[in-house]
Amino acid sequence: MAELDLFRSETRAWLEANCPPEMRTPMRSEKDACWGGRIWVFQSPAQEAWLRAMAGKGWTVPDWPTAYGGGGLSAAEYKVLREQMAAIGARNPLNSFGISMLGPALLKYGTEAQKLRFLTEIARGEIRWCQGYSEPGAGSDLAGLQTRAEDAGDHWLVNGQKVWTSYADQADWIFCLVRTSTETKHGGISFLLFDMETPGVSTKPILLISGSSPFCETFFDDVKVPKDQLVGELNKGWNVAKYLLGHEREMISGMGLGGERQALGASVGPIADPVLRAEIASFDVDSLAFAAMSEHFLDQLKHGETHPAMPSMMKYAGTELNKARHELMMATGGSDALEWDSDRSRGGKTARDWLRTKANSIEGGTSEVQLGIVAKHILQLPGA
Amino acid sequence: MRLTDDQQMLHDTAKSFLADEGSIAKQLRHWRDTSCKDGFGHQLWKQFAELGLTGICIPESAGGMGMGAAEAALVLEEIGRNLTPSPFLTTAVAAVRALEGSAQAERWFPGIVTGDTVAALAIDEGRQHDQNGIAMRAQKAGNGFTLSGAKQFVVHGASADLILVAARTGGSAGEAAGLTLFAVERDAAGMSVENVVLADSSHAARILFDKVAVDGGAVIGEVDGGAEVLARALGAGRAGAAAELIGVAAGASAMTLDYLKQRKQFGKLIGEFQVLQHRAAHLFGEIEIARAVAQKAAALLDAGDVRAELMVSVAKAKAGRVAALAVQEGVQMHGGIGMTDEYDIGLYMKREMVLGELFGSPRFHTNRVAELSGY
Repeated sequence: MAELDLFRSETRAWLEANCPPEMRTPMRSEKDACWGGRIWVFQSPAQEAWLRAMAGKGWTVPDWPTAYGGGGLSAAEYKVLREQMAAIGARNPLNSFGISMLGPALLKYGTEAQKLRFLTEIARGEIRWCQGYSEPGAGSDLAGLQTRAEDAGDHWLVNGQKVWTSYADQADWIFCLVRTSTETKHGGISFLLFDMETPGVSTKPILLISGSSPFCETFFDDVKVPKDQLVGELNKGWNVAKYLLGHEREMISGMGLGGERQALGASVGPIADPVLRAEIASFDVDSLAFAAMSEHFLDQLKHGETHPAMPSMMKYAGTELNKARHELMMATGGSDALEWDSDRSRGGKTARDWLRTKANSIEGGTSEVQLGIVAKHILQLPGA
Repeated sequence: MRLTDDQQMLHDTAKSFLADEGSIAKQLRHWRDTSCKDGFGHQLWKQFAELGLTGICIPESAGGMGMGAAEAALVLEEIGRNLTPSPFLTTAVAAVRALEGSAQAERWFPGIVTGDTVAALAIDEGRQHDQNGIAMRAQKAGNGFTLSGAKQFVVHGASADLILVAARTGGSAGEAAGLTLFAVERDAAGMSVENVVLADSSHAARILFDKVAVDGGAVIGEVDGGAEVLARALGAGRAGAAAELIGVAAGASAMTLDYLKQRKQFGKLIGEFQVLQHRAAHLFGEIEIARAVAQKAAALLDAGDVRAELMVSVAKAKAGRVAALAVQEGVQMHGGIGMTDEYDIGLYMKREMVLGELFGSPRFHTNRVAELSGY
């Protein structure tokens, strides 16, 4: 306990000395997040200084081993760090699919050389990753993917197409599921890493209904990938993919999406329309209840007491609630919220956010896929 | 919320006791089919006492277990799962919270601890629960009061030794101020009690008070300060009803899942049909969420947190809605046999409707969430 107290006071002092004042203000939008990587342009000297300082301590990934650029903190120390960062309002120094998705998979399935190289680059914010999973013909049926990697002697030759690749046009590398055998569906998939600047890789942004383009189509035309960039065993990439998806759902459910400790109606004030008031009150019951569930779930997760399929339940319930919340925010905003470009509507923020939430229950496994997982693995219903 | 060792032990005890002794066949169906006047077994209530459960919320100094809403919830979920009829919620939880700290506690706690005393709450006057809408008058008369008016939905009112009556010593209907809570004994003159059987075979009373005289000592808490006492009793009662509703939901859902794994149609187990799988999975999540918020509300109550009142209403509303979903899905997925008296699933549906209404329906509490949140 005394050691933890010492760690707390040292951490507090270090954060006070090293976190620039600008990095202690709340982010105004997602655009303020720092993603790092080769082509990243820091938005301010403070953003760069904060990333460098945290990466220097290994605190971009506090619980990874120090050998791979992590902080080597225990769970208790990590909690103290989070508390102390929250206490001064410190921003997350680095947003990264490398940290939340690829990293845990590499820690479990990567070779020592892969860990030393990629985990260290991830920890320092020097590499930005995108995820090559979905394909035009493989959405919910992810294992039906067709992008193929042929053994060409000293390299893999990759041909095919991915879709819904988040930030592919801004990423340095991709972690990609490819078909290396057609003998069995799940048993013919492998997990490859490669540079997005490799000849034959091209991307095309997809314009969404919200007017933004966070996703791309990604094309592979005779892309040569070195042999040592295969993660895990050949044809056993599905295991890596599932492990990574589990972390992704855990991350999504851990964000507590859908539940808020504050009632939605409280931010609206008196509501004259009795029907809208009733709908919002009914939503608030669900949302406040789900916030309690999120708290409970995170507590169980921390103690390793969750059923492996619980993140699916949380993802389903949370994303459905988040959609309902934005429907109600549109109803509350009325015709003001319909203005798409005006300053009054802050560039149509309410409407664009509303449209964005429609993807919540599709990306990372649709609501229907999650319900299927719960039915099979928790309820043990037959044939699910 | 993770259970402490003491809570785990209590939960294990309650779980096996209620599954064995409180089962539907031994209790609910038995008392219903023998037209028992109480609708529950006094012998079982004595067994609750032997396990210390009647005194669960009574301080250790008064012979109880000195526990709180969180622990009562563990017992109530098992009561709900087995549809066990008993005065546990009204007597050991809600009434005890009303009495605690008052002079009346000394008079009644010993009997509650030993399982000899049953207490009831007389609050509702109309068909909908409305704690501030109480109109019944308590007229000052000498050193005491005379009570006149009518109460309904007084659970176990005809079996109770003690009736806690909320009446007006001041103010008018719709106001929280001016309410006073009285402890009235069963044989008080001027009280006429109609024992009513409800849809779930539980018993509640309609009670007419015709100038019922009580002395000053019958006042629980302060004169005109009944809202505070009532808030304590109702907070515990609502959190407890939420926990019992979760037990009802979990029991109905477990029965239904079993059925989905046994019943064949079109040459398949019906649980293989995706349309039923998704509904069952949705229901599973809703029950988990309802349990989490009921536990949260109980923990806030026990901690005296300012958010307790809001979260209790969230919990009662959520648990009521989720239990309604569970029993409705249960009967539908059972198909025709779900409509028969032989199968227990219909009993869950009837219990849910009564518990959902008790201490405020989901709609009452949803409105309250809006009011407490300032809109």
